[in-house]
Amino acid sequence: MSTAAATHDDHHDHHHAPTGLKRWLFSTNHKDIGTLYLWFSFAMFLSGGFLAMVIRAELLEPGMQFVDPEFFNQMTTVHGLVMVFGAVMPATVGLANWMIPLMIGAPDMALPRMNNWSFWILPFAFAILIGSVVMSAFGAGNPSAPNFGWTFYAPLSTKYGPASTDLFILSVHMMGISSIMGAINVVVTVFNMRAPGMTLMKMPLFVWTWLITAFLLIAVIPVLAGAVTMMLTDRHFGTSFFDAAGGGDPVLFQHVFWFFGHPEVYIMILPSFGIVSAIIPAFARKPLFGYASMVYATASIALLSFVVWAHHMFTVGMPLAGTLFFMYMTMLISVPTGVKVFNWVATMWRGSMTFELPMKWAIAFVVLFTCGGLSGLMLAITPVDFQYHDTYFVVAHFHYVLVTGAIFSIFAAAYYWLPKWSGIMPNKTLGELHFWNSLISANLLFFPMHFVGLAGMPRRYADYALQFADYNFWISIGGFWFGLSQLLFLAVAVLCALKKGEKAPAKPWEGAEGLEWEVPSPAPFHTYDTPPVVK
Amino acid sequence: MSGEQLSVEQRNKRTLKKLLVWAVAMFGFAFLMVPFYNVICDVTGLNGKTSSTAATQVPENVVADRTVTVEFITQKGDGISGEFTSETKRVKVHPGEITLVHFFASNPTSSDMITQSIPSVTPGEAARYLHKTQCFCFDQQTLLAGERKNMPMIFYLDPEIPSHINQFTLSYTIFDVTERVAGKNNSVAAN
Repeated sequence: MSTAAATHDDHHDHHHAPTGLKRWLFSTNHKDIGTLYLWFSFAMFLSGGFLAMVIRAELLEPGMQFVDPEFFNQMTTVHGLVMVFGAVMPATVGLANWMIPLMIGAPDMALPRMNNWSFWILPFAFAILIGSVVMSAFGAGNPSAPNFGWTFYAPLSTKYGPASTDLFILSVHMMGISSIMGAINVVVTVFNMRAPGMTLMKMPLFVWTWLITAFLLIAVIPVLAGAVTMMLTDRHFGTSFFDAAGGGDPVLFQHVFWFFGHPEVYIMILPSFGIVSAIIPAFARKPLFGYASMVYATASIALLSFVVWAHHMFTVGMPLAGTLFFMYMTMLISVPTGVKVFNWVATMWRGSMTFELPMKWAIAFVVLFTCGGLSGLMLAITPVDFQYHDTYFVVAHFHYVLVTGAIFSIFAAAYYWLPKWSGIMPNKTLGELHFWNSLISANLLFFPMHFVGLAGMPRRYADYALQFADYNFWISIGGFWFGLSQLLFLAVAVLCALKKGEKAPAKPWEGAEGLEWEVPSPAPFHTYDTPPVVK
Repeated sequence: MSGEQLSVEQRNKRTLKKLLVWAVAMFGFAFLMVPFYNVICDVTGLNGKTSSTAATQVPENVVADRTVTVEFITQKGDGISGEFTSETKRVKVHPGEITLVHFFASNPTSSDMITQSIPSVTPGEAARYLHKTQCFCFDQQTLLAGERKNMPMIFYLDPEIPSHINQFTLSYTIFDVTERVAGKNNSVAAN
């Protein structure tokens, strides 16, 4: 095996800086693959955002304006799928690829070829999914794209699903394989590739949260694969997992789906916790308050995420004991989450705070994610969930935790680490405009959704009752505003990629801690070929 | 960990294998959830499904001082164009009392049809106290072309039925399974 290691090193020397398309297609370098993931996820963020613009345009005024309800359903479905599997998840995998080896002093990810494969599956998976939307919009006969909501409940997606459901199933399988391989890579890297002296309890929290996320991914993405496989056999091979006529049960689908789906929401938010735990100490110039409690809180959130899934389905009719169990377990999650929010605030307490761009996004994350957490606590209460279920209140809740939560923290990470990635400081003027426009427009977009939801406006409809017209007008204005604001970030990122702007020093943030700041900016193609010494 | 003499590559491979096994096991677990769910439903009545086999025991006693209202509703699933109704819409019974109700299904088409009716009880917890000694839902029912069929169902309520259940609804959905049965006969391995 030592010979294999030697040839592996030779290989690196030969192709020290491969150029052109080959550099990206055949890349086994964690930094290049991280860059690919990040650009891909941003492209998906804009595509999924475009679908959301169609939704908001249709809902700008009551009545039917631009699209028919059938197409509207495809928009909500594919918007959700693209944002969850195409934007948020690959963005965090990209961050993991870039930062984990740098943070733990490893020369690369443990399984570089698998890393290449796990990225390059994704563009094909999304070409299939988005292809079905393109065919629906422009194709002959306008065959429907998936139109059953991103949760693809059976039998809507099995018996009544359009032909493109099979494209969707294939696409989800491919995304799943990609995610599982990415997660395995993270676990193997963190377990085996740490620099000497980098004990588990010395790892930066971003590495910890990603390690736990990776375990969640390996545990539940195969369950998602199982669910879509059952759909496939129900549709074409005569089984009846979810078909009542053949002795199956549609409610079973919801159990299998949410057994995946609830841990999935933590897969999307745990890396954010790690990002914010890196940024707040840097700009408060104090060590993170309660490091160990942060690790334990993350682990307990991950464990609890396996026993709360049925809170998504209180209204299917469960025995009282079942609803009580899931209600209390859900509320219990607010304890470790509260520990985290407390620790972030305690880190800022009496710190020498400055408010550079990453810190602005991180503080917005803490405040707005907590908002989303509180509406989640309201939804956890079974009797009131009967009123909130499938209303815009739920939409407001999960957009607060996913947009102003996960996505804001990803922007925080981008502004924080862009100097390291590109060697260029992100443009301050554009960055400030991006932040303030996003902050105000996101709240204009999502906050009124609470009110229309409580007043009874159901989600996933192309039209609404007249009394919701004023709120929806402003929600749509907020939506267009938020969508356009994201183009400012495109400008920031392109300027950095073109090396236009102020050169960044190795450690551009005064209070930043961690191994990643000890290598030059931009980080050289190969780092830590000899492991650093960790005190 | 006995990793002293192992190279990083070997340790990576070993961890990779463990994690792959775990991923495959979780894929299997998704399918294991199906029988697990069915067992939980049988025990708790979670999904309101009644027993699919005939009750063989006769109730020991009739609780004459309690009455429970049982309502019957019918729904037509895919491919059913004819009639599917319950002669009795609601009946008040004493727990332990044996009751007969009639359902009617018709096939106005010109070809024979195989149907399967699926029961569901709301609230679900009443399901396990409903015992059927005879039911058209236990087997597939063939409706000949143009036939109108009387499909009887005989049931009694468990005398142990909890006192807070005073009323429940038994719903039947009838499905046309002709093609499904034909498909099963053609395929080599059913299930």
